[in-house]
Order: sequence, then structure tokens, then C-alpha cells
Amino acid sequence: MNRVPLLFLNVVVIATCGLIYELLAGTLASYVLGDSVTQFSLIIGIYLSAMGVGSWLSGFLDKNLAKHFVEIELAVAILGGFSAPLLFFSFANVSYFNVILYGLVFGIGTLVGLEIPLLMRILKDELDFKKLVARVLALDYVGALVASLLFPIFLVPKLGLTRTSLVFGILNAGVGIWGTWLLENLIKKRDVNILRVKGFIIIALLAIAFIKADALTSLAEDNLFTDNIIYAKSSSYQRIVVTKGKTGYALFLNGNLQFNSFDEYRYHEALVHPAMLAAPGSPKRILVLGGGDGLAIREILKYPSVESVTLVDLDPAMTGLSAALPALAELNKNAFEDARVTIVNADAYVWLDNNQVESFDAAIVDFPDPNNFALGKLYTTRFYNLLKSKLKPNASVVIQCTSPLIARNSYWCIIKTLEAAGFSVKPYQTTVPSFGVWGYALAKTQPFDAPQAIPENLNLKFLNEKTFASMFEFSSDTSLPDEEIEINRLDNQALVRYYESEWRKFE
Amino acid sequence: MKFTRREILTAFLGLPFALAACRSDSADDFPDGEIVGANVNAGHLLRENRNAEVPIQNWETVKTAIVGGGVAGLSAAWKFQKENFNDYVLVELENKIGGTSQSGESKLIGYPWGAHYLPVPFRENAELIALLDEMNLTEGVNSDGEILVKEQFLCREPEERIFYKGRWYEGLYLSVGASETDKIQFAEFQRQIDYWVNWRDSKGRRAFVVPVANCSTDAEATALDKISFGDFLRQKGFTSERLLQYCDYACRDDYGLKLEQTSAWAGLFYFCSRVRESGDESQAFITFPEGNGRFVGHLHERVKDKTRLNTIALEIIPNEKTVDVVCLNTETNELKGFHCEKVVFCAPIFTANYLIRDFRQNPLEYVKEFQHNSWFVANLFLRDRPKTQFARDFPLAWDNVLYESPSLGYVNATHQKGIDYGECVLTYYYPMCAEENARAKLFGLNWRDLADICLTDLSRAHKDVYQLTERIDIMRWGHAMISPRPNFLWNGAREQANKPYRNIHFAHSDLSGIALFEEAFYHGLRAASEILKV
Repeated sequence: MNRVPLLFLNVVVIATCGLIYELLAGTLASYVLGDSVTQFSLIIGIYLSAMGVGSWLSGFLDKNLAKHFVEIELAVAILGGFSAPLLFFSFANVSYFNVILYGLVFGIGTLVGLEIPLLMRILKDELDFKKLVARVLALDYVGALVASLLFPIFLVPKLGLTRTSLVFGILNAGVGIWGTWLLENLIKKRDVNILRVKGFIIIALLAIAFIKADALTSLAEDNLFTDNIIYAKSSSYQRIVVTKGKTGYALFLNGNLQFNSFDEYRYHEALVHPAMLAAPGSPKRILVLGGGDGLAIREILKYPSVESVTLVDLDPAMTGLSAALPALAELNKNAFEDARVTIVNADAYVWLDNNQVESFDAAIVDFPDPNNFALGKLYTTRFYNLLKSKLKPNASVVIQCTSPLIARNSYWCIIKTLEAAGFSVKPYQTTVPSFGVWGYALAKTQPFDAPQAIPENLNLKFLNEKTFASMFEFSSDTSLPDEEIEINRLDNQALVRYYESEWRKFE
Repeated sequence: MKFTRREILTAFLGLPFALAACRSDSADDFPDGEIVGANVNAGHLLRENRNAEVPIQNWETVKTAIVGGGVAGLSAAWKFQKENFNDYVLVELENKIGGTSQSGESKLIGYPWGAHYLPVPFRENAELIALLDEMNLTEGVNSDGEILVKEQFLCREPEERIFYKGRWYEGLYLSVGASETDKIQFAEFQRQIDYWVNWRDSKGRRAFVVPVANCSTDAEATALDKISFGDFLRQKGFTSERLLQYCDYACRDDYGLKLEQTSAWAGLFYFCSRVRESGDESQAFITFPEGNGRFVGHLHERVKDKTRLNTIALEIIPNEKTVDVVCLNTETNELKGFHCEKVVFCAPIFTANYLIRDFRQNPLEYVKEFQHNSWFVANLFLRDRPKTQFARDFPLAWDNVLYESPSLGYVNATHQKGIDYGECVLTYYYPMCAEENARAKLFGLNWRDLADICLTDLSRAHKDVYQLTERIDIMRWGHAMISPRPNFLWNGAREQANKPYRNIHFAHSDLSGIALFEEAFYHGLRAASEILKV
């Protein structure tokens, strides 16, 4: 059998794999670090120079070329194959991510740089030099083309970064094992077997990782998010992802959008100001439940009368996000550095149940949507009764209540539940392009009139007197439905069931 | 006799599972812990102190002595206190009050050692409602006069889930993958329940209601006691495995007996006594992190100054018009005597033949009808919640049942408190289900054996349970609860045992034949009232 054409096929695969690792590193770096021009330049530069180093080093290898070639294939399979999972993991967990990134790129580059010179030397006895150089280099560039087409069109959208990396690792190891057959007569018998065992172990490891890819990182996320991921971390409570796209930054908790910087002001102005203006006199003590992004606090601190803001959010990783991401701190105007702000990391339900605190003038309740039982308890009559016990007699409360358009029963279930807990409620809604039609509830423990006027000095971008009044009107497709709406209690969690059935249609 | 690990796991969890478990050795992560509770060997003390003479200065005169500090004894004392009758004493042999309703407490939360919920009583059960009112658990009544229990004390959703073939599903009845036959039979089973829920005798009494004393004595209902629940279901043509499993679970959960060992009357009692009318939901559960320990704590608080812990009654001697109680303080080893007018005997009925002098000589025949089963309960202290294996798994609930396990699974103490993240305490229940020599077998095993059974069992659903469990404490209940086997409940033995003997009144859930808080409470109050009436 003429093994030369098969060895040429190897060249194509090797070249494809090599470029894929480079593209992976570049894409991943620009996802997490931003500034894609810089990242791609740096990665390409380091990678190419490392290949040069590899080519140069090949000159020091004299004996057992075939064995070395297979070993290098296996090494590339490990380093390249595990590169994406390793980089995602280290970004979320270590502070010297850049060192790992560039070190890994350099390592892979060096090994890839060794491949072609070695293969050419192995093939030199089969062909004359002119043909050898022409074919090997031509196929090398063909491989690059294959990679550059596959990567954006198929691999990133369909497989995601982690799985792509693992698949090409497996391919690389496959080339290595295949090499032990093609080059069998050039490798010592004993070495052949050892190399094959090593090769199959590596393939097995990569295959296991491929199957478990979702557990390693949630790179199903690559399919989920259209924009670049600039921050991804799994805290004890949730998966926090921040993306950066053309329209701005977006925060996702467990894959659910929390805000997009281009229109979050609409959401947060509508959330905070009605409650602040409905509070009696000049509100001094403000309670914020949830809202660890600090954007609601930014709006609250626009009122000079505010003396203290207590923010209760479950997740320290969330309240600490502003410190990790300068872009978020800029967006919330350094809300967490204000001396008036106190952060409590606790489950709001447990905190309200266990703590005696001085009463508040206003409470801003900004929890994620009730898509599980742990969140559902934060929308129950019991929870609202606990909250009531922490409020001054005429204090105001606002609650974010999901979309009355998409989850109409869920929205009105929250309103009914507040009423059942003894609140007088003014339901209102507005439009936030990122979310759609969004609902809130303004409530007090006694009957009241919704505020009418918006003070000039607040410098609002969205709310004005006209939009303000219109928020309290509901269209026919968002108003209270005819059917009986259950009240959400701890012992029925009716809301979670409404929410599931209503949002499921959109998943 | 010492058993191997494989023998123990086979006996408790079944052979295939034991073999699988024995292949994997998880000894590295084995947590700490100990056997707790029941630190008194009552039998030994009784034998050792036979005919002990109480020094004359150690005799006290008190109108009534309550022997036994479980729910029945505490309820009797509570009743005395409410009626301003203060001349009584309550003796309890353990250093902890509450019997099988006792609880423990960690830095994080209280947790149960036994009974852990109470179904909301019907409006007719006024005395129990008075207790709930006193504990400030209620907020008025609805238009039908049924009490409304405050939301935070009603079992929070999600209430139950069941683990089957690697996944968790909502509820206790396994509805996933049910065939047409399964569905038809389940609906038919509901009709059978409905029939008995709506059934009334000529006096208007229900067949099944709490307390048992108010149940109809009509033969149509009581005849159900003559067969096992398994026989009943077969006679009605039920073959659906998941339905039988569901009913078997119900029997093991409430009675510590298997389907075939449980009286059909008792089996139906479980399903019918807490449903008002057909079509109604079963009465909601009142529960607390520490389970029924909350009730024990409240009752004890009211009667604390009359309670003597670590005090074992050695002998009860009925005299012409009085009755003497000879006790031993197990801490000080001091003998103590009470000259009483009356005694409320609130210990398990079988102990009467050991404690009451007349019965020592002429043992009561019917006592042997009262059989108890053995359980062990483990409390696992976890540093974090077990990880969800599948995104679609039904989440951690209050009660978490393993379909294929002979255990009852576990309840989560932090659930009712609204603590949904981080550390938790799980209480695991294993009923010995009337096995032969169950008691000897149970007490022959040490902490490590029992902890191994518990962790191995739980690891089928939670691979990470070894890593997460920091501590596991275990309580062994030799005489956990009365067994309502066929031909016991309505064979006349209970009727005889309910009657006072001379100046001794009996009060215990044994007398109902069904070990429920409500039954113990009922008998405690009944006995106390009998005494107060005189």
C-alpha cells in the first residue's frame, strides 16, 4: 500500500486542527476579555511565533522521527483538545488568566510548529524535495481554509467552543494513532504499542469530557447567547453571565436576561420612581430586595433625602460583580461605593423572618422572575406579610412582576397576592424593548392615589409626566383576565405553576 | 454475632443493590456521628431494682402521677394545667421529653427524631384546635367553620417528590410512565376511597376519622380489619404495581408495616380519615423544622415544673383507695416514691405487665395483642444540598421518597423555614416492618453499620451524599409504634385496655392501635378528664 497519499491527508487534518486551536483561543479571549482586535492580534502573533519556535526546535530531533511525530500529535490533542474548557474554567476561577491564556497558545503553537517539519522529513525519502514542499505546503494551506470556513459557519454555532475544542483534540489523537499504523515500520515494535495505548487513553478522556461538556462549563451558553460573553461564573446560587454586544452589556442569571445596558434605564426608572414618589414626605430609609446589579440603587440615590439604602441580595458574587466588572460599576454610577448603601447577602425571605430592623419608608422588590420554588416563596402572601411588618405605616412598595403580556395570569396572581396580604395595589406596566411589555405593582398598606408629577431635577431619560400617567393603563391583552386567579401561598406555590405554563410557550 | 457489610446491606436494602454498593468503597468520606437517645436500659433497671425499698423520707404525696412523658403524658398534664389542677407530677425515664415526637437542634435548625407533621384537624376536633389556637398557629375559621392555619405553618410546596430509575418526579404516586391500566386502576382506587370517605353508619358516624374513638363500630367497616390491606386490594382487582407500591409506602410510612402486614381497616384509615368529603383535598399538613417536637416543646413549656426527667417508674402498686409509684432517678440513683390517688399510665401498654404489681403476678392476656415495630431514624447534617443530576429533576422537596427503597426516604428540616440554599439537615426514616427479631437485629448493629445503610441507600439518588454529609446521628426505636396488623384493631383488646384498672387510667396511642399525635393527645385528654371528673 502506498502510504504517501494517506500521510498527505494527515497534513490537511493537522493544519485544520492547528488553525482551529488558534481561532478558539482568539474567540474565547475576545469573549471574556473584550477588545477583540487586540486579542486576535496578540493570539495570532504569539501562535505564529510559537510555530516558528517549534519549527526551529524540530532541528534538534534526529532519531525516531516517526515516534516523535506521533507523540507530538498526542500532546497537541491534549493541550488543544482541553484548551477551551481549561480557559473557561480558569477565567472564572483564577486571577492570572492571561498567563494561562498566552502560555497555552504558545505551547500549542510550538507543538503545531513541530508537526510539518517532522512530517516533511519523514516523507523526504518517498518523494523528491520539489514535489514534497509543493504538496505539503499546499495541503497545509488547504487545511487552514477548511478550518476558517468550518469555524464560524458550523463549529461555533452548532458545537460551541468547548465541544469544538474537544472534537479537534480527538481528531488530533486520531491522527497520532493512525500514524502508528502508517509509520509502523519506522517505529520500534514496543513503542508502537505504548503509543497506541496512550492514544486511546487520550481519546477516551476527550470523549468523556465531550459527553460531560455541559457540566464542565455551560457552553450550551454559546448557543444561548448571541453576543460575546465577557464574564461567566457559577456562584453557589446561580450562573452569572455578562455579554457585550453591539447594543451594550447584558446580564444573565441562569440564562435569563436581567438587563441590557441600552434600555435598562427604562426598566429601572419605572421600577424605582413611582415608589419613591409615593412614599410619604421625603423618603429616608430604603430597602432593596434583590437588585444586586446596583442599578435600582443608582435611581434611589438621585433623591437627596435618602439617608440609607439596605440591599438584601442572596448572592455575594452578584453584589460583588460591580467590583469585578468596571463596566457595571460605571453603569450603576458606583452605587456600591456610596456610604449610604449597606449590603446584606441573605435570602430575603429568611432575612425578613429573622431580623428586627428599623422600619423603612420605601421598599423596592426586584427579584428574578418566579421560575422556581425558591424564588416563588418571595412572591407569597407570607412574604408580603413579612415585608409589611418592616414598613412604616404609610410606606410604599414596588414589585417587579414579570410580563403581563406573556405571563398574564402570573402578573395578576402577584397583584391578587399582594391584595390578599392586605396591600392596596396600583398595577402598572411599561415597555422595555429587551424584555417587552413589563409589569410592576405599586402598593401601600392603605388606599392611596398613584403619584402624578415627576420632579424635574431627577434627570430622567424615560419617565415624563405623560408616560408616567399612561403606565397605569392596561391594554385589553394585559388587563385582569376573566378567569379566577389563584393567590400565591407557600403551601400552593400557584405562581410558579402559572409562570411555568405561560413562559414555556416561549422557550 | 457479627455480620459482614454485604450481609447487612443485603438485609436492609436488598441483594442487587448491596452487591453494587459493596463494589464501590466509599470509606474515605465516611462522616462522623453517633447513636443518640434511649440511654436507659429500662429492662435492666427494672430487674436490678426489683423490690427496692424507698427510704421513708423520699416519699411524696401527690394527687396524680403521670407515668411517661410522650405526647399522651404531656397532653394529660396540659389538660390538668388548663383545668387548674396542679397537684400532679409527670415522670419520664429518658433525659428528654417527647417520646417518639422528640426533636434535636443544631446551630442551623431544629430537626425531628420521629413524628414530623400533623394534618389540620377537622372542626369537630375542638380540643386539638384549642391547642393549635393556644400555640398561635391559627387565624380564624372559614365559612364552613374549618380552622385556617397560618400559611407559614402549612407544609410549603413542593411537598413531595419520588425518585425512580435515576430521576426525581413530583408527588408520592409515580405518575410518570403510567400505563392505561395503571391510570384506570388509580382512578378506581380513588373511587374506593371516596366510597369510604362518604360512608356513614346509622348513627351518622364516619368509618374513618381522627380520633379512632369516633369511628363507626358498624360491622361493614370493622370487618375490613379482618383482612390485610394487600388482600383488600387484590379482592378489588387491583394489580397495578405502582398503585400497590404507593399503598405499601403509605403503610410503611404511617405504621411501619408492609402492605401485607397492615389491616385493611388501617390502610383505608390512612387514605380516608383526612378527607372531609369525596372530591376534597386531603387535609393540609402542619409542620415545623423540628417536626412534632414543636408541639412537645409547647406542651412541656406549660408543665415544666411538674416534670421529672431521668426518672423511671419501677413499680406501680394499686392499694385499696390509692396507688403508689416507686421510681428511680437514674442520674442520682436515688429511689423516690409517690403516694397518689390516681395514676395516668402513659407508657406503651406492654410495659403494664412489668410495672403494675398486680399484672406482674397475673399478666394481662390481651397485652400480647399490642405489638410494636422497630425503626431507626438518622439525621444527616449536610454542608450543602445534593447536586441536581438532571436539569429537569423535580427539586428538593419537604418529603423525598425513594421508590425502590425499603426506607421511607428523608424529610428536609430547612424546607419549612424557607432556607433553600447551603447547609441542611435531612432526616432519614427506616421502618423494620415487623421483621423477625427486628429489635434484636436493630440493636445488634452499631452506628457504623446503620450509617452505612443510610448513606448507601441515599447514594442511589445522591452520588455526592458521602462528600456532603458532615455528620450523621442515629436513633434506634425498639418500640417505635403500635402495629395495626389484621385482627387487632377491632378484636376487643383495645376496648379492654381503654378501661381503668382500679386507680390507674391508661392513655397512649397504643389504645387507638394507630400511632398518631392526635390519638396520643386524645387519650391523654380523655384520661385526664376521667380523673378530673371524680
